[in-house]
Amino acid sequence: MTLTADTSGRESGVVHPSMEAPIIEAEGLVRRFGKVRALDGLDLVARAGQVTAVLGPNGAGKTTFVRTVATLAKPDRGRLRVAGIDVARHPERVRRLIGLAGQYAAVEPTMTGRENVRMIARLYGQTRHEAAATTAAVLSQLGLDEVADRPVKTYSGGLRRRLDLGASLVGSPRLLVLDEPTSGLDPGSRSQLWVAIRALVAAGTDVLLTTQYLDEADQLAHQVAIIDQGRVIAHGTPAELKNLAGRDVIEVRAHRAADLPALGEALARALGPMSSDQPRLDPASTRIAVPVRDGRAALTAAAAAVTGLDVDIDDLGLRRPTLDEVFLTLTGDRTDRRNP
Amino acid sequence: MTAPSAVRTGATPTALPVRPPARQAGFAATVAAVAARTVRKFVRSPQLLVTTFVGGATFMVLFRYIFGGAVAPGGVSYVDFLIPGMVLTSVLITGTGTAIGVADDLSQGFTDRLRSLPTRRLALIAGRVLAETVIAALGTAFTAALGFVVGFRLHGSIAQALAAFGLCVVCGFAFTWVFVALGLAAGNPQTAQGMSMLAYPVIFVSSAYVRVDTLPGWMQPVAAHQPVTALCNAVRSLALGDPALAGLAHTTGYWVLVALVWTIGITLLFAPLTVLQFRRAR
Repeated sequence: MTLTADTSGRESGVVHPSMEAPIIEAEGLVRRFGKVRALDGLDLVARAGQVTAVLGPNGAGKTTFVRTVATLAKPDRGRLRVAGIDVARHPERVRRLIGLAGQYAAVEPTMTGRENVRMIARLYGQTRHEAAATTAAVLSQLGLDEVADRPVKTYSGGLRRRLDLGASLVGSPRLLVLDEPTSGLDPGSRSQLWVAIRALVAAGTDVLLTTQYLDEADQLAHQVAIIDQGRVIAHGTPAELKNLAGRDVIEVRAHRAADLPALGEALARALGPMSSDQPRLDPASTRIAVPVRDGRAALTAAAAAVTGLDVDIDDLGLRRPTLDEVFLTLTGDRTDRRNP
Repeated sequence: MTAPSAVRTGATPTALPVRPPARQAGFAATVAAVAARTVRKFVRSPQLLVTTFVGGATFMVLFRYIFGGAVAPGGVSYVDFLIPGMVLTSVLITGTGTAIGVADDLSQGFTDRLRSLPTRRLALIAGRVLAETVIAALGTAFTAALGFVVGFRLHGSIAQALAAFGLCVVCGFAFTWVFVALGLAAGNPQTAQGMSMLAYPVIFVSSAYVRVDTLPGWMQPVAAHQPVTALCNAVRSLALGDPALAGLAHTTGYWVLVALVWTIGITLLFAPLTVLQFRRAR
């Protein structure tokens, strides 16, 4: 029996040494598809007992990373361990510890919810009797009792995703791997799925999830890794990441969207010395946001700049940054340089 | 490595689940679970049933009545010549649905879900192939029954007819590997559908619907040396009881042997290819 030593130095009254090992340890993962490097030296450690979110734009490498963790893709270089087990060497052992719910609801539409879950249970080697019991438990855990005997093709998108999540729970996984679990869902279905995921975490399941939605990471995750171009460019708790985008944000709401460019230019000039970012214009909400280093000085400067303009202002204020702004700060600059 | 208990840092103190690693299902159980799903999908999908049965029936009625007066194959009426070829090729036309289904599972994440489970991948494939072979057998029986309705009569014995049916099922098994491989290579249903069109020249440039010696001279060697011709000749020889009635120079035994060699060859080539393709982590 091999036990992985915990090198992180966390104190605890933990009973079993292997449980102290991070649930996921990725070191220098590289995966190429032709000339594209989907993973380009990705390092990530996900601690047990937590939800780890991998956040990034389309094509950042999120899905490739998740597929690698789920033993569906092999890295060209680097090392990946799940619960201390080397994924490249013992994929079959890793498969016994994980549950996967991918980007699409991978359920059979012509079968009922119950038939779908029972099929998965049978594929886990459960007897008919065990499979029936597991299926009933999973369906009720996700609140699918009422629709269990309806064909899945009659389900809404949200129900399908919940059933898919249920299917991934059949093997009582230690690590649940969710690839964009709520993409394409309406807000109501999203929050229902969040509730379901939180309940799983409370019951002791570790979760790795990818998302493009910053609020999803903010809502669900203890740890967030922001990845871009196949690397982790920042990681930490949501609160820690928010500190990365500058301590404060000056936000101005114009009365008319048409005034935003002029306002933006004035703010850029006034706040330039206090900010390393360009003002961000959001015509939809007629808002401009500028991350700044010194909030109070910036507020005075912004007020002065705005007063000198012939523009109607609804609001001017100082606030904490959102994860969206962190994300743009970290990925936006490079994008701007690439597409001038 | 076994985990006797599962206390983890950060989890709520009340949650102390004992989680032994999941088991691995037996080979037979995996085959059965995957096969059951494939057959269920087939019988519950109107579009699959229509493609297989209504499509095949239309094809048969058109050929039987449109060419019935014009094509004179020699020793027997065209309907008796045609139906064995129709029955055999119906297996291949059903197979195009296999390729599309496999590609659809791949693009919809269904295959990923199965591959992330602690199952034997060979068993996952075997279940699929088993189910598709059963579906091919159903299609064969349906097409043969329809053949009798439009006027086909057996000239050979019942035993020979059963052997002909068996050969169609064996053909279905062999070509299922080809179509599964095609579906895996295509990766999405649209591409799979396009690639499946390749089956049609193979079906038509054969002895399925006409005698090979009536084809243009340059086409004859191609038609004479391909599996569909060998299989059609064998099925036809068995159905007619005498290969000479279809203008075939060799004995029934000869054609059955050639047909079996082709099916074994196709299986030996495509089964490992399919399994490799399916196993490969991408």
